[in-house]
Amino acid sequence: MRSSSANSRSSNPRAPVKPRAGDSGAQSGSHRWRSAVMLGLVCLGAAGLAARAVELQLLEHGFLAKQGDDRSMRVVKIAAHRGAITDRSGEPLALSTPVDSVWVNPQELNDNIDQLPKLARALQEDPQVLARRITSNLDREFLYVVRHMPPDQAARIKALGIPGVNLSREYRRYYPAGEVTAHVVGFTTVDDQGQEGLEQGFDQLLNGEDGSKRVIQDLYGRYVENIESIRAPRPGRDLVTSIDLRIQYLAYRDLKAAMQEYQAQAGSVIVLDVDTGEVLAMVNQPSYNPNDREQRKFDLYRNRAATDIFEPGSSIKPFIMAAALASGQYRPDSVVDTSPGFIKVGTKVFEDENNLGVIDLATILAKSSNVGTAKVALSLKPEQIYKTLTGLGFGQVTGGGYPNESAGMLSNYTHWRPIGIATLSHGYGISVTPLQLAHAYATIGAGGIRRPISFERVTGPVPGEQVLDPKVAHELVELMEQVVAKGGTATRAAVVGYKVSGKTGTAFKSIAGGYSTDKIMAVFAGLVPASHPRIATVVVIDEPSRDVQQGGTLAQGGTVAAPVFSSVMSGALRLMDVPPDDLQNVPAATLVQANAQ
Amino acid sequence: MPIILPVLWLAVLGSAMQVIYARHKARALFVQLERLNAERDALEMEWGRLQLEQSYWSSHAFVERVANAKLQMTLPQTRDVRIVRP
Repeated sequence: MRSSSANSRSSNPRAPVKPRAGDSGAQSGSHRWRSAVMLGLVCLGAAGLAARAVELQLLEHGFLAKQGDDRSMRVVKIAAHRGAITDRSGEPLALSTPVDSVWVNPQELNDNIDQLPKLARALQEDPQVLARRITSNLDREFLYVVRHMPPDQAARIKALGIPGVNLSREYRRYYPAGEVTAHVVGFTTVDDQGQEGLEQGFDQLLNGEDGSKRVIQDLYGRYVENIESIRAPRPGRDLVTSIDLRIQYLAYRDLKAAMQEYQAQAGSVIVLDVDTGEVLAMVNQPSYNPNDREQRKFDLYRNRAATDIFEPGSSIKPFIMAAALASGQYRPDSVVDTSPGFIKVGTKVFEDENNLGVIDLATILAKSSNVGTAKVALSLKPEQIYKTLTGLGFGQVTGGGYPNESAGMLSNYTHWRPIGIATLSHGYGISVTPLQLAHAYATIGAGGIRRPISFERVTGPVPGEQVLDPKVAHELVELMEQVVAKGGTATRAAVVGYKVSGKTGTAFKSIAGGYSTDKIMAVFAGLVPASHPRIATVVVIDEPSRDVQQGGTLAQGGTVAAPVFSSVMSGALRLMDVPPDDLQNVPAATLVQANAQ
Repeated sequence: MPIILPVLWLAVLGSAMQVIYARHKARALFVQLERLNAERDALEMEWGRLQLEQSYWSSHAFVERVANAKLQMTLPQTRDVRIVRP
């Protein structure tokens, strides 16, 4: 400024034009001085700018760039698709469909609090409740307001353009078969993590890996541009289970009908493929709808078939016979004298309903003789019984990968005393899960080869461990046919056209201070077709009421559980294309000869 | 010396244009990608919906109900079944 005013004064047209002597030399000297100062100032300024530039660009660049990015760049999660669960033929049992969750930045929304009623109206929520949630979370930058909204609905909320309101893409799980497969499939948490059942057991396989991308955000939190994909999401893999939905449905329907008829507390049905160890069906009652999160109650979603233990009662007797045959002390036609219909062991008396006299092993099973089984068991080495039972898998988990599976209880034979052995021989003092029981029957049906339980579909032959002599296993299957034959305890388990081999169990439940006199577990375990077993099935019904049809007698395995077995098996055998093996007992009128010439 | 300067100058100009073009193309491709992603999501949603719908219509409970109530179908009684001997 000063220099320009000096200039203007020197060039003032009204200034006296008459030059003085020596003036021009003095003037040019002062010019030189002034321009030097000017140059110096300009250089100083330039140097200052350059220094600042160096400071910003070189010394503090990282810090500043980060600050800038923090204000506009965001790393956003890309949710990965969770794998589907299907039955063995590809019918979906659990599917993920995309949904949107609405989240807000409470600080940002609070700055535009006048918009809140509009948001509350769109979400159909009470504005005051919503406002309280916002104001009580002001220290956070992220708050879900609604999880899992249908995408079109969520898009309408986003379109309101309220600052601080955002969507994030997530997946919601649907279970098309609902109640029918609720227990075996399980369900996930709201964050898509397996929480129960196969969803939990196979979480690693099903779970994808979330990806992430970097985006630029504008002042209102809208994504302006994708900068880069940091990691592409890796979708989870599908799980093809061993479940056959058709058999599963039959088991569900028939179990539910029986539950209602007998007003029972609970029940389970397990159907195993003898040749592969696959679980074809696994149902429990009472069930729940896994699609309705509200309806889920803890005691409903326990998979009783794999986690609950019970005393198997008489359904353990075939394994005592297996031990007897394996010991070499008995043959299938060996006889045992059960008269006078009771036996005293230590301080306890075990008795049969009637005095059955001298009977063979098949009749012991058919009539479910407690005296006969106790006598056989007491004549064996305890070690032999223990070896047979552990060989068949009792006291161990089945290893199918099902979470929270129980191992049951079987004490070591070194602790057994005669009274314990007699008790054990008809299924008390030992605890099993329905799954274990089914596994043991499947092992018998497979000629003594124990194959691991599988919840995944299996192709090709499955190697197993020979835990019982094949001859013993075959003899045992034949012995158990008498149970379902005329005069046995489970005639109602018969399936037309097929030979059935199995055993009933009616176990009094242990209650505080001893055993209940009217609360029972009704069990039927069986193998079909008996001539070459393909399916092993266990039906357990917990606390059926007294049998009204039988004149109010106590319900029994043969009356409650056996009919469920029969109806599920007649459907399952048809669905699995198993040819009938028992045409002799089919009425002649229903037989047609092919190729009559 | 006099020839190299305009050449370099042109090269700089050319690469600048290339940068602009590449940037533009990246944006255009990204827009396309986003559109395709949205389309995929929409298709995925519809597929999920159709699968659910299909599994409802084909659920055993539903089929059984229709068969019994509407079509008066029943499971054949044992005496009505003919087994063909091979």
